[in-house]
Amino acid sequence: MSTQLLTYLFVGASFALYIGIAIWSRAGSTKDFYVAGGGVNPVVNGMATAADWMSAASFISMAGIISFMGRDGSVYLLGWTGGYVLLALLLAPYLRKFGRFTVPDFIGERYYSKTARIVAVICLIFVSFTYVAGQMRGVGIVFSRFLEVDVETGVIIGMAVVFMYAVLGGMKGITYTQVAQYCVLIFAYMVPAIFISIMITGNPIPQLGFGAEVADGSGISVLEKLDTVLIDLGFGAYTEGSKSTIDVFAITAALMFGTAGLPHVLVRFFTVPKVSDARKSAGYALAFIAILYTTAPAVASFARLNLVDTVHNTSYEQAPQWFSNWENTGLVEWQDKNNDAVMQYSAGIDNEVTIDRDIIVLANPEIADLPGWVIALVAAGGVAAALSTAAGLLLVISSSVSHDLLKQTLMPAITEKQELLFARIAAAVAVCIAGLFGIYPPAFVAQVVAFAFGLAAASLFPAIVMGIFSKRINKQGAIAGMLSGLIFTFFYILYFKFVSPQLNNAEHWWLGISPEGIGFIGMLLNIGVAFVVSRLSPPPPAEVQDLVDDICIPSGAAVAHSH
Amino acid sequence: MSQQPYRHAAENPSPHDHNDKKNITEKNATDYWRANLRLLATLLVVWFTVSFGCGILLVDWLDQFTFFGFKLGFWFAQQGAIYVFVALIFIYAWRIQIIERQFGVDDDAEEESL
Repeated sequence: MSTQLLTYLFVGASFALYIGIAIWSRAGSTKDFYVAGGGVNPVVNGMATAADWMSAASFISMAGIISFMGRDGSVYLLGWTGGYVLLALLLAPYLRKFGRFTVPDFIGERYYSKTARIVAVICLIFVSFTYVAGQMRGVGIVFSRFLEVDVETGVIIGMAVVFMYAVLGGMKGITYTQVAQYCVLIFAYMVPAIFISIMITGNPIPQLGFGAEVADGSGISVLEKLDTVLIDLGFGAYTEGSKSTIDVFAITAALMFGTAGLPHVLVRFFTVPKVSDARKSAGYALAFIAILYTTAPAVASFARLNLVDTVHNTSYEQAPQWFSNWENTGLVEWQDKNNDAVMQYSAGIDNEVTIDRDIIVLANPEIADLPGWVIALVAAGGVAAALSTAAGLLLVISSSVSHDLLKQTLMPAITEKQELLFARIAAAVAVCIAGLFGIYPPAFVAQVVAFAFGLAAASLFPAIVMGIFSKRINKQGAIAGMLSGLIFTFFYILYFKFVSPQLNNAEHWWLGISPEGIGFIGMLLNIGVAFVVSRLSPPPPAEVQDLVDDICIPSGAAVAHSH
Repeated sequence: MSQQPYRHAAENPSPHDHNDKKNITEKNATDYWRANLRLLATLLVVWFTVSFGCGILLVDWLDQFTFFGFKLGFWFAQQGAIYVFVALIFIYAWRIQIIERQFGVDDDAEEESL
């Protein structure tokens, strides 16, 4: 069977599975739609959270980014996992005890204010749309390379599938499809990683192969060889960083606190039966995520080494098969600057090979000469990663519109049935907007990823944590804090990414902190402003202080929830 | 012996519903919260040390040591910290449950109410 046919088969079968699950788990009430009825087993929820979290960026791009950044790439590894510790220790159990449907629900009630709720909704929608645009592009890339259909057709097929299970099934449908998607994506990630680890080091466990010796009898380790080879070519050593320590610190912190403030992740912890389950569930989620996140840096180093070995100083005639396959997509380019028909790869101006970081994972099976079914599997895995995250994001967008904007603010008189209908309509509209982003990707998609994490870190995360751990923070403090964190972070990123991109370097950054890391400063600003303003204005009313007392005590969540 | 939880007896209000306030004494709630904050502080110190400490601030210094073929600082930044993160969450879930039971604020009996 040809690889092409296998890919159609794998991707088609996975789609059939997702739609089957969607039909089996239709949502019957707003509670089903928003929080899957609230009775999801913690291990199941952990797996769903892992799929929700690991997006096209984690699956397709992350290993590639690390591959080209070396040690500096650890900002993503630390940032995107460390946030779960904060989530499990400081947020998830208390939000579960609070037991409502959305993140703005908590902010609105805790700060007894519609304004606070609306600010939270705006942050949530901005963060989630930024994120979803990237997912749809991921679906497009996978489709165009592996199925050789237009990006447009690919995105429309992806939209149709998400539409089926997100609009029909709501959170309930999404939860069970995400479990299936996690299985598909982790299997698809690990199989080529194991093979490439065996190929390079002879060790089948990538995490161990990463530190092992290269299997060519030379006795030097993968990382030593990589350092030597890259320095020879004029790059920096792989195991040394080039970013300043303060910037690495700030970016890692912004990504960590941002992760813990992302609404589509937080809302997953509303779906488990009780408080202790929320904590366990976060543990399982991170364990499932860590399987991929500890494999990614190993894949990154193997792929970089292999790339230099097979491409540098190879005549174009003898270029490996994958090289010409990927040349067609424009993600790999060779320009024979010195007309010697040999490909030279280096850090200098005489470099002739341009490689898009996204192909590191996607081309891995071809680079490692794996059979066609592995290539097909990676395609299905990439689509699963993108669709699972897109669905989670679309759900929080639609529930914040139907629940927070309509039911809680603009149209309090609507019945539950109408609210459910509005939720479905909002989900359908959100799917269409996301699809448009995929077909006409705004040029700034890559630029705005900094926005998603920076704004979540500077606005939602501190507002929630302070709301749980302090009874004294009042609505004036919280709103002033969120707005100052938000506005500061927004304009800093806007200035360096869009207004004066030519100034976007360490010399001009404030304190040497890049726009990617500024969310951390925004968060500190938020906390500072919230404390000062709260001190200067009256404390929250007694019933709000009681609410805080109540969410601190784990018992009683299930009963409170069923009302 | 009946397997029914005691709270189903009419004269004994459940500790797991809106009667919380009557059952869980003020002192238990405060002591529980203090113990929780202490545990959180300890675990967050570890969280900060392995990630920001070993993986970022001390990374160059730690790189002089070798660990399973890795430079130690590099290993923390790209592997070690992640393993510790997973362990921290499970340690918290385990320790806090013991503390909850000690102060009678646990949610052990709540499964069947769903």
